[in-house]
Amino acid sequence: MISGAAVLLWGVAALLGTAVLAIASSHGSGSGTRLIYSLTLGISAAVLLVLASRVADDPVTPSTAELPLGLPWIGAHFRLDALSTFFLVVVNFGGGMASLYGLGYGRHESAPHRVLPFFPAFLAGMNLVVLADDAFTFLLSWEFMSLASWALVMAHHREQDNARAGYIYLVMASFGTLALLLAFGLLAGPSGNYTFEAMRAAASAPLVAAFVLALMLLGAGSKAGLVPLHIWLPLAHPAAPSHVSALMSGVMTKVAIYGFIRVIFDLLGEPAWWSGVVVLFLGGLTAVLGILYALMEKDLKRLLAYSTIENVGVIFVSLGLALAFKANAMPSAAALALTAALFHVLNHSFFKSLLFFGAGAVLTATGERDMEKLGGLIHRMPLTSFAFLVGCVAISALPPFNGFVSEWLAFQAVLQSPDLPQWGLKVMVPAVGGLLALSAALAAACFVKAFGITFLGRPRSAAVELAHEVDRYSLAAMFTLAALCLLAGIVPGLVIDGLSAVTLPLLGSRMPVQMAEPWLSIVPIAASRSSYNGLLVFLFIAVSGSFAAFVIHRFASHALRRGPAWGCGFPDVTPAAQYTSISFAQPIRRVFGAFAFRAREKVEVPAPGETGPARLTVEIHDVIWETFYLPIGRAIDFATDHLNHLQFLTIRRYLTLVFLFLIVLLLVLALWP
Amino acid sequence: MALILELAVQGAQMMLVLLLAPLLTGFVRKVKARLLRRQGPSLIQPYRDLLRLMRKEVVLADNASWLFRVTPYLIFAATWVAAALIPTFATGLTFSWTADLIAIVALLGSARFFLALAGMDVGTSFGGIGSSREVMIASLAEPAMLLIVFSLALVAGATQLSTVAAFMGSPQVGLRVSLGMSLIALVMVAVAENARIPVDNPSTHLELTMVHEAMILEYSGRHLAMIEFAAFLKLLLYVSLISCVFLPWGLAGVEAGPKSFALGAVAYLGKLALCGILLAVFETAIAKMRVFRVPDFLGAALMLALLGTLLLFVSRSL
Repeated sequence: MISGAAVLLWGVAALLGTAVLAIASSHGSGSGTRLIYSLTLGISAAVLLVLASRVADDPVTPSTAELPLGLPWIGAHFRLDALSTFFLVVVNFGGGMASLYGLGYGRHESAPHRVLPFFPAFLAGMNLVVLADDAFTFLLSWEFMSLASWALVMAHHREQDNARAGYIYLVMASFGTLALLLAFGLLAGPSGNYTFEAMRAAASAPLVAAFVLALMLLGAGSKAGLVPLHIWLPLAHPAAPSHVSALMSGVMTKVAIYGFIRVIFDLLGEPAWWSGVVVLFLGGLTAVLGILYALMEKDLKRLLAYSTIENVGVIFVSLGLALAFKANAMPSAAALALTAALFHVLNHSFFKSLLFFGAGAVLTATGERDMEKLGGLIHRMPLTSFAFLVGCVAISALPPFNGFVSEWLAFQAVLQSPDLPQWGLKVMVPAVGGLLALSAALAAACFVKAFGITFLGRPRSAAVELAHEVDRYSLAAMFTLAALCLLAGIVPGLVIDGLSAVTLPLLGSRMPVQMAEPWLSIVPIAASRSSYNGLLVFLFIAVSGSFAAFVIHRFASHALRRGPAWGCGFPDVTPAAQYTSISFAQPIRRVFGAFAFRAREKVEVPAPGETGPARLTVEIHDVIWETFYLPIGRAIDFATDHLNHLQFLTIRRYLTLVFLFLIVLLLVLALWP
Repeated sequence: MALILELAVQGAQMMLVLLLAPLLTGFVRKVKARLLRRQGPSLIQPYRDLLRLMRKEVVLADNASWLFRVTPYLIFAATWVAAALIPTFATGLTFSWTADLIAIVALLGSARFFLALAGMDVGTSFGGIGSSREVMIASLAEPAMLLIVFSLALVAGATQLSTVAAFMGSPQVGLRVSLGMSLIALVMVAVAENARIPVDNPSTHLELTMVHEAMILEYSGRHLAMIEFAAFLKLLLYVSLISCVFLPWGLAGVEAGPKSFALGAVAYLGKLALCGILLAVFETAIAKMRVFRVPDFLGAALMLALLGTLLLFVSRSL
């Protein structure tokens, strides 16, 4: 019988074939677009079916495949185990939804030949990363994925700032791959065996393990968007077409997280306790800074990209907790934390895809990403706005939707941590728990702003007046995701039980079986300690809300009259007098801005008698860009300026340089202990 | 039979919070008025207000959307469900495991999310100012509240409110620094969440400093009645929460009979009266603060709660 991994490789081959087909047919117009997206949709669905049969059959036993490609005497190894099955579901479900959305959205594409070939290639790259079972295949697929997504970022390369976004993305992606390369080099050790099998068997020295962790945080962390390596993300993700933005934010960051989990939890062996502290700290910082940046943003797609950074932070907090528990031999608590992380991975892929699809729909309908020029779209695009609202509620971690469940599991994991013995963890965990709570509250604020400014209020520009609802493919994709957000929120036990196959081989433990609980509650440890039932919460709200509405409409008044809004005596106030995205964020900027952005407000009021306008200037600094990246950029500029004259030496001097360098190398060799 | 009885007790709790909520607000208003040497409105004035609002027609702004019309019912439902999940006269009711304390806090967050959206729906500056300030206050109050929940959960070993209340009523608790800090922080958060003085003034419509009232300025008739009712329920919810955690005496246990239920109900009324009087005295004694002093106020609550949690991480007996 043909193994699971081999079937999936056929899927990847089909995706690559689609990419080639797209190159051949991309000059044809609408029909080519439809063909390519139908093919990717079909392949994703087929892969999902294969994965589903595998999950139903036996998700735990790994299935392997080997291809005589790659380095001559190594070959390319592929492996499908529970962890990669889970991430393949995320990748292919996201890919399928993006294809479905692309069926409608792709028709508005101005340069289809720059999108169509790379879209299937990007999907193939992500599939390959998750399937890879040796370092060479992993790195090659990783680079392939990065380059395919880079090409998609550059699809509209003539638009302002997109070229810069692509350049920064390329630099950061190369840097990340370099870090990964070194990490795998350390893992392979002096024997140089690059299969994951051998790395798993070999035990790393503590110092080596520390370097591997640091390099993985740099490599996978830069792809996932960990602060301070996130700077490319809010530039690159919004620059791509919206369904690709959804894939990059909702899925590619997850592939990076997969890489991190694969190396740190699977290949590296027992972690040191302080690795938990490092990951927790970075995760907490990323969550809070990501959402604060999102709050300051007025471009809808960039806001979503910054919110991705926040969610990656939340996932890393849970991963850090899992590491801390694993290091202290608390497997059931570690399983709880890892389940929370993986659940959030799934949730984020749902709602972030949904929100980017919604932003794409707004972009198609109005041609605007700037929220200051939107508003009132709920009247023009009722269906899109409803789906977007579901996404906003879900991402703000509010019950009864799915975002809350993973957040809740993370909090339950935090509450397990007083039993940890190390003081570093004892102090770090409650502080990070507070940061997690802060980021959840700020996320709610951010998405009140995103929905309120974009869809509510009165139109702020003429483009909005002409907007109309998007096509049915886009709506189908959005509503499928919205339904899943609700479903995963009210039957979380299903997801948690599915994830037990992933945590069991990695940690040797799993969360208790949830689907056997009465009323489909979820109970992480014991019913007397904590439980949550999304289904009943949803039903209670629905029933009591309808009950109230029924009683009032039946027994009290149901009269209704339309009238103008209260304008404090000023008739016909212009829509410009509404709150804007900048003014909405002003109170929060005053509270957090001074420390996070060195924000300053300057008010210029003209002297009495002058007729000039008063001005309010707000100055916001991207502190991380200014403190980390600008100095590095300046140093590189300085060095290149001064090394420039090395290009114009005589042959004698070049020979001298080469000779001197040789001597230096020999000296190093001689003096090396 | 036992199931029917349990459901009856659960239903009684839901109706009890619904019926008592306006009374508590009326009581606080009455006490405040008496403290100022005024006669004050009657105790049942809030009920009359609600009935009057429900009978009136709704005047809807021209560009109000469906969200604006659905929100009052959503807020009312979410707040009612949250309030009914807090033990009032008995712990361990049939559905008490539906949501733990974290989920109850998040349910209130859902209600606030929709209220803030409704404030922005009509597109007036008043709604915007209210919503933006509300989310600023929430962004500090919610983490503070969750850290308080952490403290309680670490002391009692559970986030399940029934278990927490039962533990707090047992002699194992003793006097703890962390619980004291949590109590102070919880009171501060409760004041902010319910838009009471010094954070917001529930009895004004004409100040630029207002938050909650600014958001609901466009509401009228039955919609306003629902929102007002939700506000009454929220006050009752916080008072019930404080009293069931910090004044857990008289709560009927899991296997209690009618007698202890009656005793629990009487004790609950006593606790409500006590907290109502304390709130009225507090509100009368201090002045409203500027809106940008609120972050300091809530920041203090946040720090107290964090300190309480940290203390518990240091030693479980503090």
